[in-house]
Amino acid sequence: MRRFVIGQAKNLIDQTRRRPPQPHNRNNLSLLSLLHPSSSRFFSDMSSSDSTSSLPVTIDTINPNVLKCEYAVRGEIVNIAQKLQDDLKTNKDAYPFDEIIYCNIGNPQSLGQQAITFFREVLALCSHTALLDRDETHALFSADSIARAWKILDQIPGKATGAYSHSQGIKGLRDAIAAGIEARDGFPADPNDIFMTDGASPGVHMMMQLLISSEKDGILCPIPQYPLYSASIALHGGSLVPYYLDEASGWGLEISELKKQLEDAKSKGITVRALAVINPGNPTGQVLSEKNQRDIVDFCKKEGLVLLADEVYQENVYVPDKKFHSFKKVARSMGYGEKDISLVSFQSISKGYYGECGKRGGYMEVTGFTSDVREQIYKVASVNLCSNISGQILASLVMSPPKPGDESYESYIAEKEGILSSMARRAKTLEEGLKKLEGITCNRAEGAMYLFPCIKLPQKAIAAAEAAKTSLDTFYCKRLLNATGIVVVPGSGFRQVPGTWHFRLTILPQEDKIPAIVNRLTEFHKSFMDEFRN
Amino acid sequence: MALEYESLNENVKKCQYAVRGELYLRASELQKEGKKIIFTNVGNPHALGQKPLTFPRQVVALCQAPFLLDHPNVGMLFPADAIARAKHYLSLTSGGLGAYSDSRGLPGVRKEVAEFIQRRDGYPSDPELIFLTDGASKGVMQILNCVIRGERDGILVPVPQYPLYSATISLLGGSLVPYYLDESENWGLDVNNLRQSVAQARSQGISVRAMVIINPGNPTGQCLSEANLREILRFCYSEKLVLLGDEVYQQNIYQDERPFISSKKVLMDMGSPFSKEVQLVSFHTVSKGYWGECGQRGGYFEMTNIPPRVVEEIYKVASIALSPNVSAQIFMGLMVSPPKPGDISYDQFARESKGILESLRRRARIMTDGFNSCKNVVCNFTEGAMYSFPQIRLPPGALQAAKQAGKVPDVFYCLKLLEATGISTVPGSGFGQKEGVFHLRTTILPAEEEMPEIMDSFKKFNDEFMTQYENSFGYSRM
Repeated sequence: MRRFVIGQAKNLIDQTRRRPPQPHNRNNLSLLSLLHPSSSRFFSDMSSSDSTSSLPVTIDTINPNVLKCEYAVRGEIVNIAQKLQDDLKTNKDAYPFDEIIYCNIGNPQSLGQQAITFFREVLALCSHTALLDRDETHALFSADSIARAWKILDQIPGKATGAYSHSQGIKGLRDAIAAGIEARDGFPADPNDIFMTDGASPGVHMMMQLLISSEKDGILCPIPQYPLYSASIALHGGSLVPYYLDEASGWGLEISELKKQLEDAKSKGITVRALAVINPGNPTGQVLSEKNQRDIVDFCKKEGLVLLADEVYQENVYVPDKKFHSFKKVARSMGYGEKDISLVSFQSISKGYYGECGKRGGYMEVTGFTSDVREQIYKVASVNLCSNISGQILASLVMSPPKPGDESYESYIAEKEGILSSMARRAKTLEEGLKKLEGITCNRAEGAMYLFPCIKLPQKAIAAAEAAKTSLDTFYCKRLLNATGIVVVPGSGFRQVPGTWHFRLTILPQEDKIPAIVNRLTEFHKSFMDEFRN
Repeated sequence: MALEYESLNENVKKCQYAVRGELYLRASELQKEGKKIIFTNVGNPHALGQKPLTFPRQVVALCQAPFLLDHPNVGMLFPADAIARAKHYLSLTSGGLGAYSDSRGLPGVRKEVAEFIQRRDGYPSDPELIFLTDGASKGVMQILNCVIRGERDGILVPVPQYPLYSATISLLGGSLVPYYLDESENWGLDVNNLRQSVAQARSQGISVRAMVIINPGNPTGQCLSEANLREILRFCYSEKLVLLGDEVYQQNIYQDERPFISSKKVLMDMGSPFSKEVQLVSFHTVSKGYWGECGQRGGYFEMTNIPPRVVEEIYKVASIALSPNVSAQIFMGLMVSPPKPGDISYDQFARESKGILESLRRRARIMTDGFNSCKNVVCNFTEGAMYSFPQIRLPPGALQAAKQAGKVPDVFYCLKLLEATGISTVPGSGFGQKEGVFHLRTTILPAEEEMPEIMDSFKKFNDEFMTQYENSFGYSRM
């Protein structure tokens, strides 16, 4: 408690010993140019320099970490696509396609996926609690959704869904999540270890903020990675320490590679603080084997690293020979407890079969930290007061869905399995379609929501990309967009082994659109190769 | 242990946020032990019994479960205008509440916000310069993150202030440059204080980059006059500061002498060169006002005179978080374009809104008067916002006892208050105050019918406390 004692007013002047402000690092402009070629940025009337340079806030005077960070999932290609989409409204004939198909982002409900009925029933009742007092409600809502809404409301002080909650999230909902974790893993979970957040992403940011004090602090990240990690590390002024996944072995993770990169970082004076693992992987889709996971846990324990386990795709596994195991389960089944391994597990309501991206719900389960560190995590969470209540409710529903015997169980299971089996089919169809293309290899999507094909393009194409001052995969993806209306993300947005090129495509367009997408990709690729074949 | 306290980011350790700090944690402990606690530590109206407005909840419920719209009996549970409005907002989304929106927020809602701003101020507003956020706090953090490059960047912050600002500046490794509000002038702002603070900061090598105003004030409640706003804007112009206008309490005005006037309006009224050059970011929320929808986490900021390339960078950072939550965006749309006269739901909406605002006005008065009737307590009137910030004149004996207990004096007082009465407040040190002057912050949100009892309970505790500590230690050792 003494750490919460506030000093006098004059102590508000912060005399921290942070490193002095960095001048804008010109070396980073080469990275920036991949995403900021002057011709295709957002504002068409962009002036080349801010003429009002006497203003306090200009491109030259903002936080350089902001300039450094990048996020390709909603970057350049998407901006072009949005412009095309606007233009299509009035200029349909100018394009060889009728519509833009956004395959750049894991946003299932924007592409026609339906929300789980039971979840939305409960949310609607919690949104407008007066409904629970009306007789007519029973005719419009399932009995168990009404019961669940009552149960949730009883856990909220005053049934006030519009009030800020406890900064970790409503206790009763955390109890339900902890119970869900225990049912999933077979090992107990403590509701006090749960921190509910507006999506999983803010949780990742919080951990980066805690772990990173300067550029000497490094975080081991998989390459390819979901660029939240690289962006967050850049924003917080830390160093990303890459470890390369092995494409030839289905994006496998080798401990020897982890060791090598760790040593390499140490020799550069970097203190590696944590290891981030995305399982199932994004963009790569691989599901780690249990053996692999045990080796990772041991590695972190031995090297004193916090294990950041991004498990947001835990419900998206499409192959019978793989299964999701949480890192918490793996660690506990190895006999490792609170004192042995520091582990932060992230979960989200955005993915799985629920796909509730726009609700912004998620949590991190924080285990293996001393109480003084946990107090700091709590403190940072409290500055934002709490995450949105509707998202909290959904997170508890996702972790404790209808059970056999519940009135809604049958329809719930049908909806869930319908969505997941469709995803598995779409993943397979797209994978097979891509593998048929000249110069393209594609690992199967074992899980998550993406395919990440490797493109080997001819020298002529490489030269053309250079001439256009753009990376080869960006060049390809722009051409793809302009020819087909399909929006994907160039592999450089996720990083890749230098000299290799990829793009990330989601498996999310509705099933009936998939054949047409495969056809368009095939046609485009053929004509691209015809144009650039040596 | 992989992560030791010692190796944590220093900025995290330094940051403080008293609103949910020591007092709140102690109150929660006592509550668990069965004590009745009145939480007045945070502006959280619904937690203290304020009911949500009916219309927005109807609309959002329909948006949560759009299959209801197809049901033949939906009209039995929802009025026609709520049904129409739900359809309208769903049409603005690309896949309903469950799809990420544009990272800046749904274009259709941002357009409604721009139209609201235009109606309010009489000047056009560009939706492209309005970003919706998960609460105004997130917006403040995003903007400060842009402005602060390191510890030599200073942000002018009022003292007392809402500690989001001090906490965020700490987390980002910047410097807080305080400017003192004048309690004897109803927490007025004197530009000379500003000049002094800036000069002092600069003499310490700090580059002062931005100025925060909270209007109406938190915790102080004062509403800035138009003249004051003009002075501030002129000051920002001449000192080259970006003005951050926290206007989340703009609907909470409890006197008629100084109605709310937005910084943007005053800036535009001032004309060139000010209107074209002073950089301004204005913040608003669905958490306060008479809506009080804190749990939705809905807010926005509007940028004025921020260069396009900087707007792009802010957009880029917003895109990393993908999008603000869509339900709250709909609440924001409803707040800026509420039911109009003639709409089916208008009468109920107007009645509910008016009821809340009038009650808040009465409670502001009850609380101010109540505090002023207490021994050694002086309280400025709550002109706006949701708080009362009485000054507690602690006798030397109390200061002594606090020192012995190892507590800051106002923390000591507030803990004793909590233990005696169950009233959970936030000590003034959490907001900053002049050295040797103590306050506490409470909200004016407890139910009106409970107010008299709460104020009696406070008075009883306070007067006994003051008597007790006046009689012990007749001399000051401070």
